[in-house]
Amino acid sequence: MRPNDSEHDPERTLVLEAFADTIIPGEKRFPGDRSVAGVSAGGGAVAAGAVELLENPAGGLAEGLDSLVFSLNDHAREYAVAHDLELDPTVPPFVALPFDHRTALVADLTGPDHPEKQMWVGLALFSNMAFDSAAHLRTSEALTAGHPGLLTIGYEQPQADGIWRFESFSYGRQLADLHPDTTATGSPA
Amino acid sequence: MTSIESTDVLIIGSGFGGAIPAYHLAAGGARVTVLERGPWLRGEEFDHDFLLGSSYTRIFDFVVGDGMSVLGGNCVGGGSVVYFATMPRAPRFVFERRGSIGRRMWPTSISRDALEPWYDRVAEALPITRQTWDKIPYAGGLFAAACQHAGRTANPAPSAVDVEMCTNCNWMMAGCRFDAKRSLLLNYLPAALAHGAEIRPLHEVQRISHNADGGYRVHYRIVDGEDYRILHDEGAIDAKLVIVAAGAGATPVILQRSEPELGTMPHAVGRYFSGNGERLNTAVFDEDRVRDVLGLSRPDGRAYEAYQIGRGPTVASWDRLDGSLPEFERYSLEQLYFPPGLGTILAQAPDASGPTWFGVDKKEMLRRWQSWLTIFIMSEDDNEGVFGAPPETGNAHRFSQQMLGHGPLSYRPTENTRRGWALADADIKDILERDGLSRVEPWTNDLVGAYTVHPLASCRIGDDPATSALDDRHELRGHPGIFVTDGSAVPGALTVNPAFTIAALAERAVPAIVRAAQERGVSVSYGAPSPDGSTSGRRAVLAR
Ligand SMILES: Cc1cc2nc3c(=O)[nH]c(=O)nc-3n(C[C@H](O)[C@H](O)[C@H](O)COP(=O)(O)OP(=O)(O)OC[C@H]3O[C@@H](n4cnc5c(N)ncnc54)[C@H](O)[C@@H]3O)c2cc1C
Repeated sequence: MRPNDSEHDPERTLVLEAFADTIIPGEKRFPGDRSVAGVSAGGGAVAAGAVELLENPAGGLAEGLDSLVFSLNDHAREYAVAHDLELDPTVPPFVALPFDHRTALVADLTGPDHPEKQMWVGLALFSNMAFDSAAHLRTSEALTAGHPGLLTIGYEQPQADGIWRFESFSYGRQLADLHPDTTATGSPA
Repeated sequence: MTSIESTDVLIIGSGFGGAIPAYHLAAGGARVTVLERGPWLRGEEFDHDFLLGSSYTRIFDFVVGDGMSVLGGNCVGGGSVVYFATMPRAPRFVFERRGSIGRRMWPTSISRDALEPWYDRVAEALPITRQTWDKIPYAGGLFAAACQHAGRTANPAPSAVDVEMCTNCNWMMAGCRFDAKRSLLLNYLPAALAHGAEIRPLHEVQRISHNADGGYRVHYRIVDGEDYRILHDEGAIDAKLVIVAAGAGATPVILQRSEPELGTMPHAVGRYFSGNGERLNTAVFDEDRVRDVLGLSRPDGRAYEAYQIGRGPTVASWDRLDGSLPEFERYSLEQLYFPPGLGTILAQAPDASGPTWFGVDKKEMLRRWQSWLTIFIMSEDDNEGVFGAPPETGNAHRFSQQMLGHGPLSYRPTENTRRGWALADADIKDILERDGLSRVEPWTNDLVGAYTVHPLASCRIGDDPATSALDDRHELRGHPGIFVTDGSAVPGALTVNPAFTIAALAERAVPAIVRAAQERGVSVSYGAPSPDGSTSGRRAVLAR
C-alpha cells in the first residue's frame, strides 16, 4: 500500500493518515514516511486502509473530510503554540507533530468535554474499524490478501466457501456449579 | 397521492412486540398490516462479512445519543434477527422493584408467577431450551471455570439457538444464515403471513393522526433500499387499531411527533428510558494461567485463544440476583462476544501508560484479541433516560448510509446506577484477575456515553398515570385504540437479557387487544395455537 494513492490532495491524505496512525499505530511503510510515526511493529490503521474507508461515501464522513483536516491542522497549530513546539513547515501541521503530541491532542479532541468530540470520535471509530474489521473490504478476501489488522488480531480463516464454521468449540464438560435457585427451565428463580 | 388504504390493525415494527400480536390477530381473523422500516432478508442473504453494505450494516441500527447509544435491529424480524438469543426469565424480585418513584414500578397484576404461562407460550413458539455444558463454547467454559475458581456459580443460559444446527461462527449479529438462531423469521412471522397478514419492509412510520370515525391514520415514508438517508414517497394507511412496536428507541419518538395531531401524550412517553443497566468489561487472559490455574486445554493443545468461537453469551453468573440485596445492587454477569469494529473501540487496555482506548497500548491489547473475554453486566439502572425533541424523520438523523445515526435520547447515570456498575466492575475484577488469570478493564463511557443493546421503559406500563404511559393492558393512556407492546412497555431494568420478558408481555397483551378490536367492529377471536401448531401453551393460558 503506497502513500498518497488517494485521488485527493496529497496533504489531506497525509493528515488523515497521521490521525489514523495515532489511533492504531504501525511501522513506517518506507524510509521517510512522515504520516506514519513508526512507533509500533507491523501495520497499523494506515496500512489497513483507513483512508480508503474514510473516503467511502457509505460511511458518512467522506463529505466532511476536507473540513476535518482543515480543523485538525488548526488545532495542531494552536497546540504547537501552547506547547512551544517548532513545526516543520514542509508538511501539514498535524503531520509535523511528534507522535506523543499527536496522541495528546487526539486525547483532548475526543475527551468528554470537547465541543467537537462527536466528529473526532467518528474519525477514530472509522480508523479503528479499518484496522480490526476491514469494513472497506470483503472479509474473506481481506484475509486472503493478508490484511494487517485482521492478521494482527488473529482473526480465524473461513472455510473454503468463505464461511466460518468451528467444528471444535467446547471444553465439553461442566466447569462450574449451577446456582442453587435455578428453575426447571434453566432460568433464575 | 394515491387513495388511502385501510386495514383492521396496523402494526409498527416487526420485532417481538410487533410479530407476536401480528400472528395472533391474523390467526384470529383480523386484517393485519405490519410496517417495518428495515429490509427483509432471509437465510443465505445473511453474510459473513464486515464490508459496509453487507447484511451486518443493512439490518443493524446504532443510534448515538447524548450519554447513551442504542443498538438494535433494523429489518423484518427486528432485534430477533441480530440478537444473541440468550433467553432467561427475569428473576422474581425484578417485578417488585420500586426504582426511584417510591412505589412498585410494575402493575399489581403482573408478577413472575402471573407472567409464567406467557413465558411458557413464547418458549414453546420460538422455541427456547435449557442448555447443556457439553455444547458450551470455550469462552463460556472459561468464564464458568473462573467463576468456580472464585467460589461462584455459573449457569448455561437458556437459549433460542438450535445448537445442533449452530456452527459457532459468532456472526449472529449479521443474521444467522444457518437458521440455527430461532429468530421471528422462523416462527411468528411466517405464521402471521400464512394467516394473511401483510408485512411491508422499508416503510418507516413517521406519525399517527386521528380519523373522524375514532380510528387512526398512520403516515409513512418509503426508505431507500441501499442508502437509508434517502426517503422516497410518503403514504398513509387507515386502521381501526394501532400497535406501536418500533422498539424502545423509536416508539416514543413516533408518539412525540404525533402529539400535535393526536393531542397531549402521557407524561411518561419518552421518559424513564432504561438501558437495562448495561455495561461491559473486557479481560485479556494469560494463556499459561488458564492452563495452570483452571486446568483448561483445547484438543489442539491451546488453553483458550477462542474469543471468536461461539454464539454470543452462553454462560451467566447469577450470584448477585439475590432479592434480599438492596435495590440497585443486584446484577447478572454474562460472558459475551462482540465482533471487531464496534466491539473493540471502547475496550480499554489494562495497565496502559498512555491512552487506554487507542494508541500503542491498545494495539498491543488487540494483538491478544483471541485471548479476550468480555463480560456483560445487566444491573438495575435508574430509568434516567429522556428523549428530546424528535428529529425530522425516523428516530435519528442518519449519518452513514446504513447503521449509524444521531438521536435525541439523553442519559445521565445517577448515583444509584453508578453504584451498581462499580460493584459489578469490582466483582468481575475479583473473579477474573484471581491468581493472575487475566487483567480486566471496563469499556469506556467517554466516547459514546453508556450504550445498550437492551433499550427499555420509554413508554411503560404501570398503575400510576403520572409515571407510566400505558395501563396494564398496554393501551396508551388517553388514546384508546393505540397499544404499545415492545420493549418500551417494560417498566425498568430486568437484570437479565430482556427479549423473553418483552415477548411474554406481548403474548399477555394480546387477549385485551383482541377485545379492543372486537369493540371496534373487527371480526377477530383469540385462541390460536403456537405458530407451529403446538397447543400446550395455549391450553395453559386459556385455562386461566
Ligand atoms: C446485538 C444484540 C444482541 C442481543 N442479544 C440479546 C439476547 O441474547 N437476549 C435478549 O433477550 N435480548 C437480546 N437483544 C435485545 C433484543 O433484540 C431486544 O430486546 C428485542 O428485540 C426488543 O424487541 P422490541 O419488539 O422491543 O423491538 P425490536 O425487536 O427492536 O423491533 C422494533 C422494530 O421496529 C422497527 N422500527 C423502528 N422504527 C420504525 C418506524 N418508524 N417505522 C417502522 N418500523 C420501525 C425496527 O426496524 C425494528 O425492526 C440483543 C440486541 C442486540 C442489538
